[in-house]
Amino acid sequence: MAVPQPVETTFLFGRLTWQAFPLHEPIVVATFAVVALGGVAVLAALTWFRLWGYLWREWFTSVDHKKIGIMYMMLGLIMLLRGFADAVMMRLQQAMAFNGSEGYLNAHHYDQIFTAHGVIMIFFVAMPLVTGLMNYVVPLQIGARDVSFPFLNNFSFWMTVGGAVLVMASLFLGEFAQTGWLAYPPLSNIGYSPWVGVDYYIWGLQVAGVGTTLSGINLICTIIKMRAPGMSLMKMPVFTWTSLCTNVLIVASFPVLTAVLALLSLDRYVGTNFFTNDFGGNPMMYVNLIWIWGHPEVYILILPLFGVFSEVTSTFSGKKLFGYTSMVYATVVITVLSYLVWLHHFFTMGSGASVNSFFGITTMIISIPTGAKIFNWLFTMYRGRIRFELPMMWTVAFMLTFTVGGMTGVLLAVPPADFVLHNSLFLVAHFHNVIIGGVLFGLFAGIAYWWPKAFGFKLDPFWGKVSFWCWVVGFWLAFMPLYILGLMGVTRRMRVFDDPSLQIWFIIAGLGAALIAVGIAAMLIQMFVSVMRREKLVDETGDPWDGRTLEWSTSSPPPAYNFAFTPVVHDNDAWWDMKKRGYSRPLSGYRPIHMPKNTGTGVILAGLSTVVGFALIWYIWWLAALGFVALLATAIGHTFNYHRDFHIPVEEVTRTEEARTELLAARS
Amino acid sequence: MATAAEKAVPTFYVKDEHDHAEGGSTMLGFWIYLMSDCLIFAILFAVYGVLGTNYAAGPAPKDLFDLSLVAVNTTMLLLSSITYGFAMLTMEKNRVAATQAWLAVTGLFGLAFLGIELYEFAHMIHEGATPQRSGFLSAFFTLVGTHGLHVTFGTVWLVTLMIQVGKRGLIAANRRRLMCLSMFWHFLDVVWIGVFTFVYLMGMLR
Repeated sequence: MAVPQPVETTFLFGRLTWQAFPLHEPIVVATFAVVALGGVAVLAALTWFRLWGYLWREWFTSVDHKKIGIMYMMLGLIMLLRGFADAVMMRLQQAMAFNGSEGYLNAHHYDQIFTAHGVIMIFFVAMPLVTGLMNYVVPLQIGARDVSFPFLNNFSFWMTVGGAVLVMASLFLGEFAQTGWLAYPPLSNIGYSPWVGVDYYIWGLQVAGVGTTLSGINLICTIIKMRAPGMSLMKMPVFTWTSLCTNVLIVASFPVLTAVLALLSLDRYVGTNFFTNDFGGNPMMYVNLIWIWGHPEVYILILPLFGVFSEVTSTFSGKKLFGYTSMVYATVVITVLSYLVWLHHFFTMGSGASVNSFFGITTMIISIPTGAKIFNWLFTMYRGRIRFELPMMWTVAFMLTFTVGGMTGVLLAVPPADFVLHNSLFLVAHFHNVIIGGVLFGLFAGIAYWWPKAFGFKLDPFWGKVSFWCWVVGFWLAFMPLYILGLMGVTRRMRVFDDPSLQIWFIIAGLGAALIAVGIAAMLIQMFVSVMRREKLVDETGDPWDGRTLEWSTSSPPPAYNFAFTPVVHDNDAWWDMKKRGYSRPLSGYRPIHMPKNTGTGVILAGLSTVVGFALIWYIWWLAALGFVALLATAIGHTFNYHRDFHIPVEEVTRTEEARTELLAARS
Repeated sequence: MATAAEKAVPTFYVKDEHDHAEGGSTMLGFWIYLMSDCLIFAILFAVYGVLGTNYAAGPAPKDLFDLSLVAVNTTMLLLSSITYGFAMLTMEKNRVAATQAWLAVTGLFGLAFLGIELYEFAHMIHEGATPQRSGFLSAFFTLVGTHGLHVTFGTVWLVTLMIQVGKRGLIAANRRRLMCLSMFWHFLDVVWIGVFTFVYLMGMLR
């Protein structure tokens, strides 16, 4: 029985001692030095340039969905660097550890790295990037001025940051989980993972999970309640549709994660028997529950990007999207089916032929609506005037790459095949194939597509193309060897290898990772170069791509209120319709605009939640209790503030709009 | 050839726009939140369904549950729902003091429910039926305890709202908040019906 071991604790610091600092790990110490120096430099720069007040007033406390969206993207990109550093370390270790070599990472360190890589890439890279994109674009696409609950939006973002902070803290203080990204018990139970690793995992995800669930509720309400007049559900842009489905999935699946992690914490903290091996516990129940969240989660990630590809394909082919209705229905069907396939993650559990057949078949059925989407995009391109700008390049790369990933997925959906390939590198190659080839390529397409909307200038195409080719070729180079290794029976998460004939494949995969590193560097250079050359790349029209949906009808970047007048929608491609039918921008008759006020409460609440999480990880009970009371008091105190909105005075609206009028006139 | 109707430029923006009343999405949002909360309970029920008979040679429902006590407890919670309903009726009539009074009565019933639940828990733990004893007891304490925790937060919220109604009266924002708490409170009632049936009544039949 996994009884909590008596741990040496002190009242003041719980189980936090000097030994918690991993000073014996030179790699970690060096990383810490770099991060600390970089961090100090950034903080010093912010102080030197007196930016703290600006950041606090204009960004941290902002309830503007556009700024929150941008902050989500920043978080995702920063965490991508961390997650990718983990990936490179793994590739290096696996390429080295042959012929009796132990590589350069010990088991304790290596196990943390593959866990952290998965957790960070899914929860703190893909999720913030997807949420950020939805946050930025959806209100603009539906002609709204903000989301339904702007304060909640700010709070959700900071909760996500809080989770990321906890996961990052584990690098330098204690350890991270060594369990793999889903922390299966009994390994993740207290008996086998007695120290803080799994607790960092739990509280990092719980804090971020609250934010994700609330932002899901927020965006559903926004899409249901705040569409511009005339925009019926079947007139919504496809990105908005896929966002709606994704947020439904979030609300209908993240509570499962919250519940199952809460049960795991009870096992670890209180000594209950949910997932233990004895006293009536059932570890396989954990695996079932976490995948009931986990499978919808992968569709949470991919669906909005299907929306991005739809917008991009139609814009850059200069055509209405082919098969809008079938696209919407395909999205909804995927949404529903994503709840009926979770068991394919563990066919080997031994549920028997009937159960496995059921889940195998439901899994294969998902390829039908997904295939329909691919054909819709192809038919949209057919006879279109295709412009191969960056977003379109990513889209074509996606179609080629993702289809391969989809087919290996169908292969894995066949239970007998899965018995051979389960937990092999074939699986690892498959899900990187769909997540990089689908989610990440889609995000890059989306970033390149909406960047000019957010900042008023395009991204530099040269560095974009460098990044594109490095990423695409790097991806194929890095993951095709893993398919081959998987078919040869190599299992995932291995640290050292005996068979020297395998090494060449790991070296090729390592080269692929190096190429992807160049791709990431090129992307950062691209952003830097674009900012430097923003005068040349500027777009004053607000519609640089000859777009079709409402976000292109306002200026770039849009004013705080998005639209001086709420648009009225007559067609699926509302802005295209407006351009075609002789819409002229209203030049007078402005009114004051009702907007929500900024507030610092979200930052404070999320900060307190992070403190509570930290205290619970280290058994600092007094701090946890104090933090919780402060959390409750702040939340209640916030409800006593009834003045949460204000009017943007009509003079300011007039000034902003007239400046744009002049700009547009100067252009023509 | 385009017809005259197609040529005419339609209205593309709202000229005469008025402020949208605040909180237009609140009811929908809160309802969706409740459904997400409902999912947490669904998981806890499912877990109880899986582990509910794993006694690990420890006590079973028949050895532990005192149905008459649970019946009294259930009555407390059901009565609190009714009195919350009265609070909403008086709110509709804009009677501040009466609304507060009914809220207070609701709170007292809630506290009585919590008191009885805590007594039941203490009694079971005293008899050695701790959450650590078996999978069944882990699932039992977690399901029932999570419900109790919700009632506790509901009570804190209720007191907060009584103060806010006292300070500002039954203004639109406060009415909206009372409506949300009303949904929350009745939701907990519905969940309890599930607990009562599924855990206590069916437990006694096993």
